[in-house]
Amino acid sequence: MSTATQSHSTLSHLDWLEAESIHILREVAGQCANPAMLFSGGKDSIVMLRLAEKAFRPGRFPFPLLHVDTGHNYSEVIDFRDARACELNERLIVRSVEDSMRRGTVVLKSADESRNKHQSVTLLEAIEEFGFDACIGGARRDEEKARAKERLFSFRDGFGQWDPKNQRPELWDLYNARVHKGENIRVFPISNWTELDVWQYIESEKLQLPSIYFAHTRPVVRKGGLLQPVTEITPVKPGDVIEDVLVRFRTVGDITCTAPVESDAATVAAIIVETATTTVTERGATRLDDQTSEASMEQRKKEGYF
Amino acid sequence: MSAIERLPEFEQPVDNGLLRFLTCGSVDDGKSTLIGRLLFDTKTILADTLHSIERTSHRRGLEAVDLSLLTDGLQAEREQGITIDVAYRYFTTGRRKYIIADAPGHEQYTRNMVTAASTANLAIILVDARKGILTQTRRHSYLAHLVGIPHLVVAINKMDLVDYDQAVFERIRGEYLAFAAQLGIKDVRFIPLSALNGDMIVDRGERLGWYQGPTLLDILESAPAAHTESDERFRFPVQYVCRPQKADDPKLHDYRGFMGRVESGEVAVGDEIVVLPSERRTRIKDIQLYGQSLPRAFAEQSVTLLLEDEIDISRGDMMVHPEKSALVTRQIDAMVCWLAEAPLDPQRKYLVRQTTRESKAMVGGISYRVDINSLEQAPAERLAMNDIAKVSFKLAQPLCVDRYAENRATGAFIIIDESTNNTVGAGMIL
Ligand SMILES: Nc1nc2c(ncn2[C@@H]2O[C@H](COP(=O)(O)OP(=O)(O)O)[C@@H](O)[C@H]2O)c(=O)[nH]1
Repeated sequence: MSTATQSHSTLSHLDWLEAESIHILREVAGQCANPAMLFSGGKDSIVMLRLAEKAFRPGRFPFPLLHVDTGHNYSEVIDFRDARACELNERLIVRSVEDSMRRGTVVLKSADESRNKHQSVTLLEAIEEFGFDACIGGARRDEEKARAKERLFSFRDGFGQWDPKNQRPELWDLYNARVHKGENIRVFPISNWTELDVWQYIESEKLQLPSIYFAHTRPVVRKGGLLQPVTEITPVKPGDVIEDVLVRFRTVGDITCTAPVESDAATVAAIIVETATTTVTERGATRLDDQTSEASMEQRKKEGYF
Repeated sequence: MSAIERLPEFEQPVDNGLLRFLTCGSVDDGKSTLIGRLLFDTKTILADTLHSIERTSHRRGLEAVDLSLLTDGLQAEREQGITIDVAYRYFTTGRRKYIIADAPGHEQYTRNMVTAASTANLAIILVDARKGILTQTRRHSYLAHLVGIPHLVVAINKMDLVDYDQAVFERIRGEYLAFAAQLGIKDVRFIPLSALNGDMIVDRGERLGWYQGPTLLDILESAPAAHTESDERFRFPVQYVCRPQKADDPKLHDYRGFMGRVESGEVAVGDEIVVLPSERRTRIKDIQLYGQSLPRAFAEQSVTLLLEDEIDISRGDMMVHPEKSALVTRQIDAMVCWLAEAPLDPQRKYLVRQTTRESKAMVGGISYRVDINSLEQAPAERLAMNDIAKVSFKLAQPLCVDRYAENRATGAFIIIDESTNNTVGAGMIL
């Protein structure tokens, strides 16, 4: 943000959001002994890395980066993740759902069940392994109803559970990250950002993104109004009609539950225009797993999901 | 909801920053409908969300879409049919971004409202035109004023149910002004609405021709942002000290950056500053934000300050200008809102966190508790959840404070119970 040239004290909405997020990250650094920042290579976590740079450079980040990998991610995203961590010279820890499956702590109902919701188990295992007292994540309150009441500093008990009825009051910018051993705080520095804010920030900061965020041609199958990409993990079923469609991803996550949208937006500027005029919410357009029940996110969060 | 309608607004370079506001009202005054309206008429609601509430409305046998469903919260709350916690909503007009803190009207009301109010710069207080000013209206107004929200808007809703009668509006307005004066509320405006029909929210509608003032959205668009109105005295609580000491970069060997957010006022390179509580003085050598040097920094900016002299400073210290210092004290009087199920126990020690500083605290005494319905003061031994009281504290460590009425950032504190680590109280220094 180019605050240097401003003549009077006004902050644009992005400046304000950025300043708030930096303040939150520094509170984590000041209050927590052993935090970690989740980094997936997705756009929200890419924004978080820039915010962490703004908060702590020229110093190193006072936390490692942590990715919980389902093993079902797009290779472009994983490559990007590794390159970015390396470029920043920060420590990246990867823990995988496949390891939890080998340990027997994750048991799939069937071989093709999505591993997405099982990330919670692997995350809790990583928290225990490293003794993290806080995990910083890129969730936003505008994503989903259950998130609208989420705190910026959200307390989780020894089982990683979120109790929506028993949250710590959060007043002013006085955050309370205190925990006993085994308990944990989830911190959401971009809670107050919307999808549009994220894209506007990516544009103003000229942030690099994995290529699949931009329009590209991809084989897909149309399913219930959503586009299901054809991949090794999501192969075609008998009767499916494969089409080559110009698409982009609005969010990138586990392949089994993230759908692309039809789009010819090849630049961040074009995506901003699309986002500002879109008629479907980010989750509605892209989540293959949230459709089942209105309350499914709340349920998963109670179980320790991010 | 046409895409074309939204486009031109985003092309405009205008950015009036961000406004955080609070909505409060008694149950059924129309708060959810009002918020739904704001989101709907500013085209924040997207088609899939709309379809989902349409389905729900039909399932419940309603004819029209119930906009209040948009702000329906968690499953537990849906089951009980009430909202029990503060929810945050977002919308943008292309000129300004808004964060609504939606404080529910039921039990635990005081605690929720104080929480929602703590970050708001404007409050919309809903009144049902048929019912006029109720005890709740007084309570909401008192709390909004207590928590220092500078701008109040009294929205007289359901005007359609009183035939859009100007006399009703004027009567409620007069009654409100009389008691607002008693409370010391200065900045208050009034607006007639029908949230159901959308009159005077984003569009003027056709039935309130006698009202010449701005629409609700116009009021929001022109309300001052919080940081432009904050205390002019410079306050910089240190959050974190950056000492990279990279062996391979001699330039960074002696780097000591003090990281934090300007909570109020302004600071420029070359300014003399005092560090509290040590009272050591030095000058600002540089103000940095991500490698960039800024000539100055102002309220609500997160920056890194570099100083001329090497003095011992750590998290919890606060930088101020020498001629406009803060009070360094081990004893505070405050209005406290008790937030926890377990009552305040005057025999126990608590932890107080104010800015980036913490201290153990003992209750010196409870001067009085405010009956929040009658607004009368009465003596009290203990405080239960939702109580508001004047309490004095003795502190183990000095805090650097201002009066809350003058500075919401340095006058506020939270009370933490060390046995549970829960946040149990909120305080505003007198
Ligand atoms: N006639 C009329 N009804 C309204 C108006 N605003 C809200 N309502 C109705 O009042 C009832 C309560 O509204 P709701 O928004 O749920 O109130 P809340 O409890 O304050 O959130 C609902 O049946 C609304 O449809 C209005 O301006 N005019």
